[in-house]
Amino acid sequence: MFEKEKIEEVKQERGRWEQTTLQNWLKQTRERKGEFHDHSGMAIKRVYTPEDIKNMDYMQDLGFPGEYPFTRGVHATMYRGRLWTMRMFAGFGTAANTNKRFKYLLKEGESGLSTAFDYPTIMGYDSDHPMAMGEVGICGVAVSSLQDMEVLFSGIPLDQVTTSMTINGPAPMLLAMYVAVGDKEGVPREELGGTTQNDNLKEFFAQKLCIFPPKASVKLTTDIIEYCARHLPRWNPVSISGYHIREAGATALQELAFTLYDGISYVESTIERGLKVDDFAPRLSFFFASHNDFCEEIAKFRAARRIWAKVIKERFHTKNPRSMWMRMHIQTSGCTLTAQQPLNNVIRTTIQALAAACGGTQSLHTNSFDEALALPSEKAVRVALRTQQIVAHESGITHTVDPMAGSFYIEALTNEMEEKAFEYFRKIDDMGGAITAIEKGFFQNEIADSAFKYQREIDEKKRTVVGVNEYATEEDHPIELLRVDPKVEKDQLASLQKLRKERDQRKANEALGKLHYAAEKNGNLMPLMIDAVKAYATLGEITDVLKTVYGEYKELIVI
Amino acid sequence: MRSGRKIRVLIAKPGLDSHDRGAKVVARALRDGGMEVIYTGLRQTPEQIAETALQEDVDVIGLSILSGAHRTLFPRIMELLKQKGMNDVMVFAGGIIPGEDVPEIKKCGIKEVFGPGTTTETIVTYVFDNVPKRA
Repeated sequence: MFEKEKIEEVKQERGRWEQTTLQNWLKQTRERKGEFHDHSGMAIKRVYTPEDIKNMDYMQDLGFPGEYPFTRGVHATMYRGRLWTMRMFAGFGTAANTNKRFKYLLKEGESGLSTAFDYPTIMGYDSDHPMAMGEVGICGVAVSSLQDMEVLFSGIPLDQVTTSMTINGPAPMLLAMYVAVGDKEGVPREELGGTTQNDNLKEFFAQKLCIFPPKASVKLTTDIIEYCARHLPRWNPVSISGYHIREAGATALQELAFTLYDGISYVESTIERGLKVDDFAPRLSFFFASHNDFCEEIAKFRAARRIWAKVIKERFHTKNPRSMWMRMHIQTSGCTLTAQQPLNNVIRTTIQALAAACGGTQSLHTNSFDEALALPSEKAVRVALRTQQIVAHESGITHTVDPMAGSFYIEALTNEMEEKAFEYFRKIDDMGGAITAIEKGFFQNEIADSAFKYQREIDEKKRTVVGVNEYATEEDHPIELLRVDPKVEKDQLASLQKLRKERDQRKANEALGKLHYAAEKNGNLMPLMIDAVKAYATLGEITDVLKTVYGEYKELIVI
Repeated sequence: MRSGRKIRVLIAKPGLDSHDRGAKVVARALRDGGMEVIYTGLRQTPEQIAETALQEDVDVIGLSILSGAHRTLFPRIMELLKQKGMNDVMVFAGGIIPGEDVPEIKKCGIKEVFGPGTTTETIVTYVFDNVPKRA
């Protein structure tokens, strides 16, 4: 991007500056630390100059928005055309409770729904399973059958809103229920839009909500990708997720590398089904965290797009640019929120939201300031939504595409992220792929080490957390917390009992039997899954059928 | 503490939530502090936790939960420990536990609750200072 002579001039001038101005300054004022690092542990220089990006080629490395390699964004006009989708993750209590919260969020200007399920649902247990005790409707909404799903989306036009569902192991069951609700309301399947997280690989080393062993889990993920490619053209079958990897303690670089490697694995598993990469790659979506290190995060998002474009083009040999684009959802980082001085979290979330917008996200969830204490209250959720509305409408960063491009620092970091991510890819390739790496505990160890190191830095005050290890004050938490009414569990159990009594039991058994047979024959389970949920077979019953075929995952314990 | 025996700690994750970052960091810090640490892994029922504590003959149990089910699960675990005669074991807890729940939790026999932002050093020191004496 720069002429050779100009770079040479900068180099010489830098040498002069270091020996004069800098030297003199340092004699009077020492720097605060001997070395500065970003969250990934990469050393950060004092000053970045054109020298640091002297090998960059504008067209090859950045290009124009909406074109390969998509570093600057997946759309030509980005936020000048359409702002990102403001999608707040919500769910608690019964389906009726959450349906009310959904309607509230839509009224407040949210543009897409995002469903949080409770732990029993996420683990494939019905609300009346012994393991569900005390957890029903607490951390999300309880959905045990199609009946709950019908209530959850009642009065919400499924052909007009898009819905994201944070569900992995039971993703086939929940997607089947969503399709069934759509069918019932007369919405053509081609018009159903939304996302299932459905990223089972990261479950084994990050979110750890695993039901089935790795191979069966990847098979189910692939079933959805294949089914959507053929029948649900507006559905994003998988949201390949770095968020949980990061929250489990990974660095930004590890988040980037491991997530994209998972993506590669799904592309491979789907191609093995006989699909062409262009049949499904345009619908693959990604999900990242936005942490506190503002520039590092922006570099990560930009690097992610460029790496993915290159991987799809070079590793999977396609020429279709739509297959190479990486669309992403971002959530601000939950693990940066502090229980101390909770209002400070509004500021953290603002910085993270700004990084997400500068990084060119398609959709964003901003966390509420009270989430280190409890589930977010309605008031806290509103502040969080307002935070992104202020970033979008008042900050001015949406006026131009990729506003941070060309910063010597941002571009150098973007390049470094890319280079190091490819190093990780080679390492995991050599190990034999993602499943082997999981079985060896590779990801688990990498993440546990980073998490421990991060905590030690806070404990030793090498890393400042305002209000926690510096600037602490004695205070109470005068904020109002959301509590889930214990009546929720009772109501949910009663409605589930009623369903079991009133449904056509023969029909439910028959559907489960067919599903069992198909699972043994290793066919794509989605069509029979839809039949089973329509016969009101419950989530737990379907999961049990699959467990008898696939077995259950036993956690590999890594401290 | 018996002379020559390291303090034995069980770090346990009751409930269905899978947020094990804190539990693992604490487990590693206690181990680095010279204790024998057993980590249960995720999603242990109260029965499994009490049974493991008994089998492993631990001095201390650390319970980590972030799902909000502590009000149901903690009393149940404490009751089971009592039933098994483990009255001397020191139990502490951590996770996302609202301050207003702490008195109730302490009433059921949990000695201390560490919220977000606690340093590992605080926990290690606390365990050393409060581990029950062995006969």
